[in-house]
Amino acid sequence: MMRWILWILSGLLLGGIVHFITILYLPNTATQNAYARISAIAPVNSVVALPAPNPEKSVLPLMDPAFAAAVCRYDLREGGIKLTAPVSPAYTSVTFYTNKDVAYYAINDRAAGRRSIELDLMTPAQKAQLPEDEDVAAADRLIVESPSETGLIVLRALASEPGMMPAAIAALSRARCESLPPS
Amino acid sequence: MQLLIGLLLAFAVAASVGLGTTWYALQGGTPFGAFTVGAWSAWPRTGTPAIDPYARALVARSGELPMGAGDGIAFVATKDDDGAVLDGRCDVTVSGVTPQARFWTLTLYDPEGQLVGNSLKRHGFTSHEVIRSSEGKIDISVAPRARAGNWLPTGGIDRYKLVLRFYDSPIGVASRTGRETQLPSVKVSSCP
Repeated sequence: MMRWILWILSGLLLGGIVHFITILYLPNTATQNAYARISAIAPVNSVVALPAPNPEKSVLPLMDPAFAAAVCRYDLREGGIKLTAPVSPAYTSVTFYTNKDVAYYAINDRAAGRRSIELDLMTPAQKAQLPEDEDVAAADRLIVESPSETGLIVLRALASEPGMMPAAIAALSRARCESLPPS
Repeated sequence: MQLLIGLLLAFAVAASVGLGTTWYALQGGTPFGAFTVGAWSAWPRTGTPAIDPYARALVARSGELPMGAGDGIAFVATKDDDGAVLDGRCDVTVSGVTPQARFWTLTLYDPEGQLVGNSLKRHGFTSHEVIRSSEGKIDISVAPRARAGNWLPTGGIDRYKLVLRFYDSPIGVASRTGRETQLPSVKVSSCP
């Protein structure tokens, strides 16, 4: 009898380990995560508009229908990229995600404090290679470090009422995502 | 022989307990780090690199992109203030004051996070669209049939969730539950 209880106890212990391993490993197996869904419709290193969510079909679940959205799927292996996004009349935000959909940085138009949001995105290694004297110029140059080589930049512009949606879409259509010139 | 049966028993227990608890943990929202006010819950760390492993697994499976902490915060309600599950055939009232934010939006989704079809093509309200009372309070009727004032149609589906998003808001990881963050109440007013 005692022997069976011991077997069951060790099974429970092993079960706990299985639980933690599956939770930690799950993000690596998800084939329908947001990065995979967007990779199917967005070319690399350019800004494309995300179709507005509607009851029949949304690219991603839980999209806010009051917002126009655009995405830049980036790949930093060839070098850093520069993002330029004009701000819309109401509210504009830019959120950076890794290829595992972890939001590592987000900024809105007020925090950016200009008429357009301008950011450079690079890997920590590329940032470390920047020449020393460029640090001075870096003061008016916002550099974001990406923890992964690929990921998503999602631009969102609010249409505070339905009539504002064309203006929000137009503002996002002027956003650019382009390779930085090699330094 | 006994050793083999014992090993098989231990592995069977391990597989069912391990996978069962994983499945169970991903049914409800992530159990850790919830910031709850009344019927509403938000997970401020989910929009940061400090996201916990359970939330990461949930996000990867659902395919959503969590709201970044620098953008704002999203509160979800699937039950009313008294703990009754929100039913699209009932009349529900969302009323009260909203905390400080530049903009907010309230959106109704089905349990999978898709919008719900209705003839008005209304899926939510923004802070600019909503009609307020003279004291500046909001009063939104979430109901299957048309209501005067702010009507958010449920389309008559049996389960739904409300998501209240605050953009450019000081609510975040450091916020405390209680008086400093007041959210609208969610009340079932009538049920057929």
